[in-house]
Amino acid sequence: MDAVVTEKAKLSVKNLNFYYGSFQGLKNVSVPLYDRKVTAFIGPSGCGKSTLLRVLNRIYMLYPNQRAEGEVTLDGEDILHGKQDLNLLRARVGMVFQKPTPFPMTIYDNIAFGIKLYERLPRSELDGRVEDALQRAALWTEVKDKLKESGLSLSGGQQQRLCIARTVATRPEVILFDEPCSALDPISTAKIEELIDELVKDYTIVIVTHNMQQASRTSDYTAFMYLGELIEFGDTEKIFTTPTNKKTEQYITGRFG
Amino acid sequence: MTIAINKRIYHGRKRANGVFLTLSTLAAGFGLIWLALILYSLFYNGFSGLSLKVFTEMTPPPGQDGGLANAIFGSVVMSLLAVFAGTPIGIMAGTYLAEYGRYSWLSDTVRFINDILLSAPSILIGLFIYVIVVATTHTFSGWAGAAALTVIVIPVVVRTTENMLLLVPNGLREAAAAMGAPRSMIIRAVTWRAARAGMVTGVLLAIARISGETAPLLLTVLSNQFWSTHLGGPIASLPVMIFNFAMSPYEDWHKLAWAGALLITLAVLTLSIIARILESSRKN
Repeated sequence: MDAVVTEKAKLSVKNLNFYYGSFQGLKNVSVPLYDRKVTAFIGPSGCGKSTLLRVLNRIYMLYPNQRAEGEVTLDGEDILHGKQDLNLLRARVGMVFQKPTPFPMTIYDNIAFGIKLYERLPRSELDGRVEDALQRAALWTEVKDKLKESGLSLSGGQQQRLCIARTVATRPEVILFDEPCSALDPISTAKIEELIDELVKDYTIVIVTHNMQQASRTSDYTAFMYLGELIEFGDTEKIFTTPTNKKTEQYITGRFG
Repeated sequence: MTIAINKRIYHGRKRANGVFLTLSTLAAGFGLIWLALILYSLFYNGFSGLSLKVFTEMTPPPGQDGGLANAIFGSVVMSLLAVFAGTPIGIMAGTYLAEYGRYSWLSDTVRFINDILLSAPSILIGLFIYVIVVATTHTFSGWAGAAALTVIVIPVVVRTTENMLLLVPNGLREAAAAMGAPRSMIIRAVTWRAARAGMVTGVLLAIARISGETAPLLLTVLSNQFWSTHLGGPIASLPVMIFNFAMSPYEDWHKLAWAGALLITLAVLTLSIIARILESSRKN
């Protein structure tokens, strides 16, 4: 981990415990998420990687029986307790979900929705922002002639890129990807991985994935989780070539999980 | 590898299936025959009583020519009032149940009471409005009738609104929340929009439900033989007119009652067809 400490942590998780009612989903997890780097979370189903992601933008707060204890900081500021406004936090920490979730409105409005939440822009500028976001999500050429059509008319892979464009459009600082490719075909997956490579120049990226190749291809750091605990965290290359923990080694070589 | 099929089990099952199918078909046919007979007599008698006069002239005294204009007007006005008053209340309450109060004990209570209201006999609702409106204002009135119909509309709209909103996947709410959208924005811009077709269907069904209600109107508006737009007093309505005319011994009144019944049926049928079309557009 020596090389790691020189980086600046955008988000920092310390001694995080998470409960679904009485079930403990995360056990004393501590992990740094470095600025403008891709950090991948891997591990078998139910190990808590999505749960961790859902703490980072506190989306779990939509459900009354879920609660988190511990410390999570964004740029050094506590976001887990006290006066943190959830909507403002989520405007800074965007999220892309497993299943594409286009809103039931036009492609244009899908993108403009997020922008209009916090900014009042003249039409021409809004148009520019929508185009820019669609460009960044590598979707512009495919949809530029049908911006007034429903977002639901797109294919699955396009819908997912629309969701990424929507998130990018609001200019967050961190983007959380929760298994963004698990419902997509290999070509769409490759496009989204390229996109992540591109986005990491400006954003801090956290990605949860079941696909080990995807983790090794896209990420700078990898965290392996198992049964709610963080087993190992480090340089992606190191985790995939010389993991220190036996469980990590067994998992990445496909011997369990 | 094949298994040795026990012929007795197989043929026994086939026979049982045949018996079951026959019984189900007979039961369905039995129901359909009555429906067909009802519709036949309604269309036969209704269309023969239907003419332009029905829409232009007032309900007549026995033995004279007339129409149903005052009753049609009264029914339309009271139904519209009930829908305009009941829809916003029903939609807001249904939204509370499905969105804001989804995990609250208050929702369970409200839902339970709403279900009781939904299945309450409409004559009870008529009595209720009689007691709190007619008895206190000392007059039967169109307003009281509209109020009674509103009480019938609300639970229908609450129920369908809640059900339709519950069908909206949570992923959509999470996605909107993850953009930093406040709750009211998520509801207005995303979940209402996703559930719109179903919610409109609920309102149409509520209209269909109240268009034939007689008991609550009998107890609240009474009826009126003449043209009246004065909602502060008794006005005519189709269901009450049908009730009165069908009970009378006069042949020409019977004819008008049939025509009125046909009009209500056609209106409900039209609404149901629109609801069906909306429903299928929601699924696509």
